[in-house]
Parts: sequence; C-alpha cells; structure tokens
Amino acid sequence: MSSATGATERRIVGWRPATVREVIRETPSATTLILDVPAWRGHRAGQHADIRLTAEDGYRAQRSYSIASAPEDGYPSITVERLDDGEVSPYLVDDAQVGDELEIRGPVGGWFVWDTQDGGPLMLVAGGSGVVPLRSMLRHRALAGSDAQARLLLSARTSDNVIYRDELGGVDVTFTYTRAAPDGWTGYARRVDRDMLAEVAFPPAESPRVYICGPTAFVEGVAADFVALGHHTDRIRTERFGATGG
Amino acid sequence: MSPITRGFRRRQEEPPEGNRLPPGQYLTRDFPVLSAGPTPDIPLDEWELSVTGAVDAPRRWSWDELQALPKEQPTVDIHCVTSWSKLDTGWEGVSVDTLLDGLDVFGAYVVVRSYGGYTTNLPLEDMTDGKAWIAYGYDGAPLEPEHGGPARLLVPHLYFWKSAKWVTELEIVETDEPGFWETLGYHDYGDPWREQRYWGD
Repeated sequence: MSSATGATERRIVGWRPATVREVIRETPSATTLILDVPAWRGHRAGQHADIRLTAEDGYRAQRSYSIASAPEDGYPSITVERLDDGEVSPYLVDDAQVGDELEIRGPVGGWFVWDTQDGGPLMLVAGGSGVVPLRSMLRHRALAGSDAQARLLLSARTSDNVIYRDELGGVDVTFTYTRAAPDGWTGYARRVDRDMLAEVAFPPAESPRVYICGPTAFVEGVAADFVALGHHTDRIRTERFGATGG
Repeated sequence: MSPITRGFRRRQEEPPEGNRLPPGQYLTRDFPVLSAGPTPDIPLDEWELSVTGAVDAPRRWSWDELQALPKEQPTVDIHCVTSWSKLDTGWEGVSVDTLLDGLDVFGAYVVVRSYGGYTTNLPLEDMTDGKAWIAYGYDGAPLEPEHGGPARLLVPHLYFWKSAKWVTELEIVETDEPGFWETLGYHDYGDPWREQRYWGD
C-alpha cells in the first residue's frame, strides 16, 4: 500500500486550501484543474474529493468530483463538465484561472477504486465525463507499470466531446459516438448495448473487474447488460452522476 | 477562514425556507441516483422483508403481507451526502413502528440488509417513533428499481445512504456494526444538520 487514504484510516481530514496550478481545456464543455494542495497525502485511483468555493460575500457552495489524476501524480486534479443551469460547474469550467484559491476535502470513497494489486482484466465503461475516475485508474496502471490487461469503452456524443483524447491514444480504447461520428468513421455510432459489450468486453469466463461510470440511465443500462451477459454482480462496480444542478 | 475564490458568486436562488437546508447542501429538483453496483432484479413473488436478531420472535412479510399493513404517506426532505437536498418528497409505505409493534426487542442497534448485499447501520431509536418507513411508493407511483424499488428504507433525518435501497432485512443487534459505506470512510451516524459526512466529522 502507498500512503493512500484507505479503510485503515479512521479519519478523513477536513477542508484544506487548494490553489489552481494549471487549467486544461479538455473539450468545449469540460476543463481539468490541476490543484496544488499542501501536504496532499495521496489518493487511490477512482476516489473523489469535495470542492468548496467561497464568494466575496461569504456564500459557499460545495460539490463532489472524481479525482482525475493518478496516485503517482502526487497532486489531485479534477475534470469538470459544465451543467448550464449549475452554480459551481460553470465557474470551474469557464472562469477558474491559475492562482485561484478554493478548498478541497478528501480523498473520499473506498469502493469505486482500483489498485494495481487488484489485478485485471480491467473493463472500464464510461459515458461522457464518466471517464474521469476511469482515467485515474488507467493512468495509475500505466505509471505503476502494471501488466493487468485493461480495456476502455467510451461513449461520447461526438468526437469533440472526448475528454483526454490524446492520452487515451495509448490504451486499448473503443469509442462509440451517439450523436455524430467523424467523417469516414467505421466504428460504433450508437448507444452502448448488449451486443456491443459482448464484442468489446472481456468475456465472463475471464472474470474481469468491471467499472462503469456515467449518467444514471447509462449506468443502469450497461450494468444490467453486463449481468445479462453472465458477469457476476460482485465484479461490477458503478458510479453515477446525474444532472444535479451542480 | 476559507480563502475567497476569485470571481465566484451565488447563482442559485436563495432556498425558499433557508432553515430547511442543512449546512453544505444545495437544492435540486432532480432525483439523482447513487449506488455501488448493478440494480438487483427482485421478483415480487420472491421478495420478503424480515425483522431478525435480538427479538423475542423473528417476523417475516411477503410482498402481499407488507401491502396489507397500514400505510402512511410521509412528505419529507431528503439530504444526500454528495451535497444535494430535495424538499417535500412524497412517499408511501409502512412505518417501522408498525413492523415492530408488540415485539420484544433486546438490542439498541439495527443492521439493515439489502438485496445485492448492501448494508447500513443505525441506532434503533432513529427508526422508531415515526422516524422511519419501509417505502414502496414515490410521488404517487411504485418506487422505481433505480431508486430502491420494490421497497427501500426511508430515514429522512439522516444522510440518504442510510435509507437503504432494496431492503430485505432489519437485524436488531446489541452492538453497533458499521455497514457498507460506514466502513469505507463515511460517518457512522450521518446527521446532516451536524454535517457528519465522513469519519471524524
């Protein structure tokens, strides 16, 4: 085990100041913020953190975000998708700049996580920005030199909506585009369904560890399809986000 | 003292009744879903609910037997540890008081078990005197599976992970036994008004 916060530690530390170190525009609607957090004690791939913003008039708002960076990175980063009627996400996506200060609490969550010693095969399925915690796992796998087999199925509306596009070039990834595919595209251009999972996913006989993250309807459907294909429910872990006004 | 986040401003309207929103929470009109694995498929003719453990006589109800018990229609505010709150949610179900009526109970804690393996724990006194229900209806319709149907526990005064989805067993125990999220970093009790989100809060 690294120094990561796990089930062995009985306390989650409180709010700490964080400074935006770097702003990366991932897509027209998603931004990654790399954060400097003094004495960040590490995290496990797949965990999340709470982020709190304080306005000049003292008004505060907090939200939970998956951590996008790998434990080996040594810093937490978050990738935020803009919800147009949201309060926190439009600020983080559009307004946050290098040097801005906010607060972070975490890491939190010990279920939707993958450590290299968990082994593979690792079957990751993402809908839209559900790729964020899965990217942490893939990055952890790469930086730790794990030889676990890993595969990612990523559903996005269009190729312009794919977060971490360049980084994903180095992994076994299958894209499906649900709204518009690029010119000349010969791959999948539909919602993830059972037939697609049967073609792309490791078969049940290989007992892959399945991690699914995305909007509620996406996760509900994909998880049910994995069960129907014969994967054991104990091997399937889910994380969901909805349009929560965030 | 929190640092000021340059340029951040309130965008949401002030909640209608400010004292109904616990610290750190924001209002949502949606009903977000959070769970750890696949939604279990539970045929109603196989569904059952039981009260077990430190009681004088364990009890068990089939789906039809549960439906035959006196039902209530609580309207409550719910608060998720991920910071959203939803006000005036309308439920239908059976009070836990009804399930325990006339039973001799020898433990002060409850381990709640669900189809799919989820567990959560809470003091028995947080489930009695009109504070908890086995809910099978939401907003005038049967409770959707993704929200915990056929039936879920409803304990609205604690963070919503305590309101276990797909509930099937209430085991009365003498000593507190942390459940699923409670062993994974979340607070043992989970009072939203004291912001007991995580270990150590």
